[in-house]
Amino acid sequence: MCFLTQGLGIAMTINKDQKSTSISPFRHGLNSLLRKRVAMSVIIVLLIVYVVGLFAPLIAPYSYSETDLMNTQSGPTWDHIFGTDRLGRDIFTRIIWGIQTTVIITIVGLITGSLILGVSLGLVAGYFRGKADAFITRTGEVLAAFPDILLIIILAATLRPRIVDFARSIEDSSGINGIVSSGIVDFAVIGIALLPLSWFGMMRLVRGQVLSVGQREYVQAARIAGASNLRILFRHILPNVIGPIIVSASFGLGAVAGTEVFLSFLGLGVQPPHPSLGIMIADVTGRGSSSVSVLTNHPEQILAPIAIVWILIFCWNLLGDALTDIFNPRSK
Amino acid sequence: MLIYAIKRILWVPLVMLVIALMVFVLGIYGPGDPVEVILGNNYTEELADSLREKKGLNDPVYVQYFRYLGDSIKGDFGESYKYPGKTVSELLAPKLVVSAKLFIVSILISTLFGIPLGFYAAIKQGTPIDPLVVSLTLIIYAMPVFLTAPFLIIIFALELGWVPVSGWGGIFDSRSILPAITVGMPGIAVIARLMRASTLDVLGQEFITFAKAKGVSRRDVIYKHVGKNAILPVVTVLGLSFSGMLGGALIVELIFGIPGVARFALDAIFSRDYPIIMAITLIGTATLVIANLIVDLLYVLLDPRIRYSNDN
Repeated sequence: MCFLTQGLGIAMTINKDQKSTSISPFRHGLNSLLRKRVAMSVIIVLLIVYVVGLFAPLIAPYSYSETDLMNTQSGPTWDHIFGTDRLGRDIFTRIIWGIQTTVIITIVGLITGSLILGVSLGLVAGYFRGKADAFITRTGEVLAAFPDILLIIILAATLRPRIVDFARSIEDSSGINGIVSSGIVDFAVIGIALLPLSWFGMMRLVRGQVLSVGQREYVQAARIAGASNLRILFRHILPNVIGPIIVSASFGLGAVAGTEVFLSFLGLGVQPPHPSLGIMIADVTGRGSSSVSVLTNHPEQILAPIAIVWILIFCWNLLGDALTDIFNPRSK
Repeated sequence: MLIYAIKRILWVPLVMLVIALMVFVLGIYGPGDPVEVILGNNYTEELADSLREKKGLNDPVYVQYFRYLGDSIKGDFGESYKYPGKTVSELLAPKLVVSAKLFIVSILISTLFGIPLGFYAAIKQGTPIDPLVVSLTLIIYAMPVFLTAPFLIIIFALELGWVPVSGWGGIFDSRSILPAITVGMPGIAVIARLMRASTLDVLGQEFITFAKAKGVSRRDVIYKHVGKNAILPVVTVLGLSFSGMLGGALIVELIFGIPGVARFALDAIFSRDYPIIMAITLIGTATLVIANLIVDLLYVLLDPRIRYSNDN
């Protein structure tokens, strides 16, 4: 929800400046959002998932890697409410930690990729135009020609050894142990693999918005009044294009969550023993004949992980739809 | 029209050059020294030097790049690291055929179900059918294939026993039904949503009102005037939605044990067999780029408004 509060801050500062009764586009959007029942329930569900994920260490009853070989595939009991997996690990605990993985990836992916990179490149391309615009747009078009999944796979596959080596060298030189085993490397691999894709949609969107907003009278007035480029960009243009940015970010988060689960399912994302919803799903479905027996005898093992993945993607898409209705002037 | 077509066609080799460069640099330099990867534990200085000489790794990078480019256009993607003596092409070709067959059936499923569904929802706007279809597509669209696949397996293979759980026997085998549906499902949702939006857009336009006013029967208005015009914009985005289905196809192959590219690519990744990974990326991208080119040109050809507006 970080982008919401961020946007709220921007909108509030504008309101303070204006000292008038007019409300900012963002405040208007927030008001109509609060009135929508579907959107509010979606936001509450997402908030619960994110809070559970971020506070996983406090909520989880067991350790995610603690095995109990005397008690494998137990099915739901009072001690293990979702049962245990083939190594006797508590499924409930692993789901909570898996949520944390996905939640962190969505936040990291959103902030690095689409927000920082996409928005700033879009502002640059739309505002300065000319060569910068041509270069950024062409680069994006070439990257967009890649099938997303193949680019993500080749990046995750080829960069992992390099990133692991880099983390090891930091460990050696700084004397801090456990960087590789902490799982930060996995987050870095997934984050970098998502980077070339996540920025382009956002960039194109922001660029288009800036192109149209940049021609308005108030921007020209600000320029005549002697405002610097940076001030025009961040005080006058950005607040007015924030609506589409939020809509696109909402859809983007669903996609990022899906991609993390996808990569971890393939074994290219988060590495065991760190739990991920993708790994848990792969444990039950992706291991050939042994998984068929699990699927036959213990279908409940896969229920919770896929339900969570589905809820995450579904809620972000639904929220995106609701936000489109709110920010799209034609649908008012 | 002609100028647009030429520009559009010339864009393809340019894109492919850049993509090949990225794939080449990532594949050769991304993971570290390729000679170390090939030799693994047998690494000695002399062996490494002779191998470097043999593979032309001492040449300047651009020479290597253009050699790789020239070879790959001829269909030669080099030798596999893991299976020495076997070319990537002969290893990859049979897997590609299996994957392509499955993917084509899935595309057919998503188009043949998606377009009528979206169209039907749009012409039924105002009745409960429309919101029903819309929420259905939203739900299906958010369903990742690793949710659909186990559910279909549990219901149709394990409970009802209508089809076997996994395996592959070509597209006319009963074992291909579940995987094809699983891959095609999200496509149905995407295409139905696009078709619905496009149909609604056309329905609101003046020439439809005019046709109705002229006394054209409702049936003819819907099928001849609305249907024809609504399908066109959907055609342009088909290429994009197919690229979105690609990831699903990979997962489905793994879950249903289909001997396609997915398992092969993963094995290549884990054994660091980079020539294979590079070849798969390059072939996949080239297919998509060319498919998009065909779609774009078809669109211009089919839509007279664009055909004439581009002439001026």
